[in-house]
Amino acid sequence: MSSTGTEDLEAFRRRARDFARANLGPASARTAAGALRNDRTDEEELAEVAREREVQRMLFDAGLAGICFPTEYGGQGLTLAHQRALNEELAGYEFPTRFQAPTLSPCAAVLLDFGTEEQKRRHIPAILKGEELWMQFLSEPSGGSDVAGALTSAVRDGDEWVLNGSKIWTTGAWWSDWGLCLARTNWDVPKHRGLTVFIFPIRQEGIDVHRIEMLNGSKEFCQEFMTDVRVPDSDRVGDVDDGWTVGTRWMFHERMLTNSPLVTVPVGFGHGGTGVSSLVAIGARDAGRLSEPVVRDLVGEARMLDIADRELRHRVGQGIATGVMVDQSAALTRLFSGVTATRIRTIGFEVVGTAGAAWTDEDGQLAHSADDYLMRQVSQIGGGTTEMARNVVSERVLGMPRERSLDRDVPFRDVPRGRPSSRS
Amino acid sequence: MLLALSSDQELFRETTAKLLDELVPVGELRRLREDADGFGTGYWRRGADLGWTSLLVGEHHGGGSISGAGLVDLALVAYEFGRHAAPGPLAVTNIVAATLDEAGGDRFDGVIKELLSGEAVATWGLAEAPPNDGLDSVLLDVRVEGDEVVLNGVKRPVESGGRADYLLVSGRTGSGLSQVLVPARTAGVSVSPMHSVDVTRRFSVVAFDDVRVPLDLVVGEPGAAAGQVELQAGRAVAIGCAEAVGAMQTAFDLTVEWAFDRYSFGRPLASYQELKHRFADMLSWLEASHAVSDAATAALASGSADAAELLSVAKAFIGDYGGELMQDCVQMHGGIGVTFEHDLHLYLRRHTLNRAIYGTPAEHRARLADIVEEQEGLA
Repeated sequence: MSSTGTEDLEAFRRRARDFARANLGPASARTAAGALRNDRTDEEELAEVAREREVQRMLFDAGLAGICFPTEYGGQGLTLAHQRALNEELAGYEFPTRFQAPTLSPCAAVLLDFGTEEQKRRHIPAILKGEELWMQFLSEPSGGSDVAGALTSAVRDGDEWVLNGSKIWTTGAWWSDWGLCLARTNWDVPKHRGLTVFIFPIRQEGIDVHRIEMLNGSKEFCQEFMTDVRVPDSDRVGDVDDGWTVGTRWMFHERMLTNSPLVTVPVGFGHGGTGVSSLVAIGARDAGRLSEPVVRDLVGEARMLDIADRELRHRVGQGIATGVMVDQSAALTRLFSGVTATRIRTIGFEVVGTAGAAWTDEDGQLAHSADDYLMRQVSQIGGGTTEMARNVVSERVLGMPRERSLDRDVPFRDVPRGRPSSRS
Repeated sequence: MLLALSSDQELFRETTAKLLDELVPVGELRRLREDADGFGTGYWRRGADLGWTSLLVGEHHGGGSISGAGLVDLALVAYEFGRHAAPGPLAVTNIVAATLDEAGGDRFDGVIKELLSGEAVATWGLAEAPPNDGLDSVLLDVRVEGDEVVLNGVKRPVESGGRADYLLVSGRTGSGLSQVLVPARTAGVSVSPMHSVDVTRRFSVVAFDDVRVPLDLVVGEPGAAAGQVELQAGRAVAIGCAEAVGAMQTAFDLTVEWAFDRYSFGRPLASYQELKHRFADMLSWLEASHAVSDAATAALASGSADAAELLSVAKAFIGDYGGELMQDCVQMHGGIGVTFEHDLHLYLRRHTLNRAIYGTPAEHRARLADIVEEQEGLA
């Protein structure tokens, strides 16, 4: 790499290609199917996590981690074009999926935006080396979409803060290392003005990680209970009571998902590729229905949606990067990919016929169609619901009037938090 | 439309938009409703002067692109055509000019010159009478007899068939396809007007009854035109998609404007969450339509291996989702949205027209299934 300028794109591409060929195994079919299938044991899951830490370290040592991260924090300081080239060269290879979201974006992205110099120097290189997996401590049991209504409290005690409360919908918190947490530090001001962001290790006394069983048996999602967790003030991100400034960027990074320049996603992988519609076609073939015109119509529709989703991501990513589109346009891709993924799951179920109701272990791809269908709304819920994305698009992109809210100009402690108990 | 245009492309797009604003404002479109051709020769020549008909033709034939990728530049014109619901045989004239340039040799130099100057108009006959109006069914018979070819069959719908000076006819010679450039006034050619869903685009049934023309009016080799026909169809899809997206953009913009202006129950339509959420959905479809249209055009222009897949994605997606967007714009307007007086239908018509020609969404989904099957080795 030249010290005077950016590494030549073609040289970079060759370097990435040589690395992948020499060091990486093939992508597993399992990752292409997407998250949340109940198809591996805890031991297998932990082995995959360990392998991903290893691969992340190999990428780091080869100068292929953190392509768009600044060099002073261990990144490569290169461009989006380099990141895209890496995505192309890694197509078909194993890669550390679990490090991308939420570790690199939004967590590391938020640290880059708001972290202190010390926080960035401590954590970003560690993340890029595969030493730290991060989770978002954002949603709470009391409200998923109303993120700023967080009830987890942080109370100052000298140079420390004491946190109490509960967070939920963290994917894989049981094998993760650090949390990025939104907590309430002031109950006497309106809700957006009393929040602060903290970071802390997940494995510590006072944090109880409970694994939630989803309807398909998956236990990837977790809920955490925090009891008197002590966090030094030096692990506060952003100013006291200014957590919503951080939170707004945080959610922007979350909506960017795999479109973020900070994230590596091999071309053809899961979302943004054509992997899911290919599985639909394989399911139809295994069910012996691929020659039926109605099934072919559905297979064609699934491929159409897969590619439209991919191309929309490219367009919006480019639009935001060049300033032609406002940052909030990221909600467009979140909305579109959520809705289309749901539709593709439905098609996948439709084309397999009765195997959608009952199957055997020998049925291959057919066996997962029912669970995928039962879980199909996940793509419209996780990472912020599509309803919230529609609010963002209409209000922040199109400039339409905001919804009336009853919690805007009152101290948060006076905001109703449930149905008033009736007197009988 | 592309997010990032070069300054030359932007100037070209803007000049085209201004010319359309000047020559074919909506009042003029309404007047042209009664015009047999749907456009005037003066209008077409002004556009040709700007370069509307030269972009797919090589420089040695007097053509030339703005960016080096003529189809990408032409898609900018098509997008503006859609935004203005503009008249004129944009796709077919360009397709014929490109094919004569690429496959015709020097004997068509004179015709190309006439097309580039706007002096003459050409059209292309691909589809035939139902049920042979599908993407892959070409039955019109092209028979070689000595130094002549004889054409028998019917083409419909043929765009600007009543106005065109030259008809490029795709027909069958044995098991292969042939293309013949038939001058419109040749004996045995009969043209009868059809009804059209568009206000200004005209279509005809063109019958060929023992039409004899010299062998040198065959473009390329007899029986060997399948590849060229496929390329022409791809170009028609790309141009039609760019137009359709332009029409969607105008309809969407008009409807957003309306939602802010129109008050019900003391508040603007734009303040109702139910409607706001539909606008969000529509914007996601609109931006995805821009994205797939641009990707397909770029892929075809560069000869990329995934061009066929992207073209079918664009045609199917823009047809289906664009149709929903258009009709939801009508719904948001209420009763005024289904009147002739309101402008919305001008764009709805253009989108509807382009949805139905050069392969319906269902036909393109079927093509996508073929592509997936082959890619995944499932055949």
